[in-house]
Amino acid sequence: MSVLEQALESGTFGVTAEMAPPKGCDFTEEMKLAETLKGLVHGVNVTDMQSASLKASSLGFCIALKQHGLEPIIQMTGRDRSRMAIMGDMLSAAAFGIDTMLALTGDHTSVGDCKASKPVFDLDSVGILRMLTRMEATGLDCGGNELASTPHFYKGAAVTPVYEPIFLQINKLKKKVDAGARYVQTQGIFTVEALETFMDQVAKANIKVHVMAGIIPLKAAGMARYMNENVPGIAVPDDQIAKLAAAAAEGKEKGVKGLPMKAGIEMAADLCKQIKERKLCDGIHLMTIGAEQNIPTILEKAGIAI
Amino acid sequence: MIVSRRKPVEEVLAMLQGVKRVAISGCHECALACKVGGDDEVAEWKALLESKGFTVTGTAMPNESCLNFYARKAAKELQKGNPEAVLSLACGSGIQTMAGQMKNIPVYPGSNTMFIGQVERVGHFNEMCRMCGDCVLGHTGAICPVTKCAKSLVNGPCGGAKNGKCEVNPENDCAWVMIYNRLEALGQLDKLSETLDDKDYDGKSWPRSVDLAKEAN
Repeated sequence: MSVLEQALESGTFGVTAEMAPPKGCDFTEEMKLAETLKGLVHGVNVTDMQSASLKASSLGFCIALKQHGLEPIIQMTGRDRSRMAIMGDMLSAAAFGIDTMLALTGDHTSVGDCKASKPVFDLDSVGILRMLTRMEATGLDCGGNELASTPHFYKGAAVTPVYEPIFLQINKLKKKVDAGARYVQTQGIFTVEALETFMDQVAKANIKVHVMAGIIPLKAAGMARYMNENVPGIAVPDDQIAKLAAAAAEGKEKGVKGLPMKAGIEMAADLCKQIKERKLCDGIHLMTIGAEQNIPTILEKAGIAI
Repeated sequence: MIVSRRKPVEEVLAMLQGVKRVAISGCHECALACKVGGDDEVAEWKALLESKGFTVTGTAMPNESCLNFYARKAAKELQKGNPEAVLSLACGSGIQTMAGQMKNIPVYPGSNTMFIGQVERVGHFNEMCRMCGDCVLGHTGAICPVTKCAKSLVNGPCGGAKNGKCEVNPENDCAWVMIYNRLEALGQLDKLSETLDDKDYDGKSWPRSVDLAKEAN
């Protein structure tokens, strides 16, 4: 049984971390980072060429994580694969003991770094979930043919909680859950209020799913401003940007480096702590964007152990 | 209508390398409206090619270049001038139909065919239909998600819209925000709760044909 499934389905506060495979074929540095997450998270969620930028595949990186004794969560997008390729990759994943997945539609190739690539989108997130659920229930592949052996996955999806009109995101979330998503991780949220508003919507729509709040520890005021302007669904409040800017000014004055990142860690830890203590949702998903070395500190400061 | 654009002159001249005698064929339907293959454009190409030393052996303006009947008539006329090549300014379908009627004479494209679209106003065209063969407009307030969503999501939206605009091209409205607004105005928001089937590509491999007589039997 999936480690994340065991945690969430038994009411344990779930913790996952996100990692991106490198743009290259050497995983040494990433595996070192991953080692620091052992025993701290229920799963390491591996991106599938996020922002449509070419990286080593999620499947390969997940296998490497598994071989290093970590629990990988395979992200599967429909951007680069037909339904056949998705199902084939998922069968291979299961053969290596990967039992937890996250279905995403995927960013469009035109926003990435290989713009000439054909955007596939044979299935979107709902279609991927529905196909896998059907496979698990029937033992049949995507063409209706019998599989020699059938895997089972703990399936998740993503949701953008800050969205106008929110009706559309809630409506799609319902479709994802109906299609087999048991947990959902949110786009990065930065305030308790934003999470509470979203959780109210989920409750009102009577959607039964485990919600993991997406946490992006901020590294600098510039990063926050950039995300606000360019990343859909991201809304970093001004007071947090001001804190980061103040930390940068203080660092400059004292000649100390890394103060904004420290401030970002503090803010992220505080948010995680409040989410857990006030039982605002079922877990957190940490998106540290290459700074996975900060995760142990964030969890320690938040008082979160698995 | 089939929306097309002019091919760059250099590309056309490169295709015509070694050719001295050339005929030009336009199309009186879509290509005319797109200002790619109407009477004016045929005259423009004629003047241009002549200025580059070509002999233009004849021009034709079939009512519809994609209709075998009209293409055959135009081809017959053009062949009388004994051209070494034909430049067709019709859409891809019109060019091929014309080529099918020209015996042993190559037909070259003077256009790039873009999409099936609406004429919003003169000279302004918007893509409206991707010809999936399985119309979902009845579920989506007559706004096509296969065409208007960059990812062709039939169960959209993705999380990528910002202020109602598509992340792929911020000049485009998010198809699913448009669909939401339209369905809300129609009092049909309940339609959004349906999960539509994934697109089925079985039997949709190209080239496709429709034969009404065969179907009637």
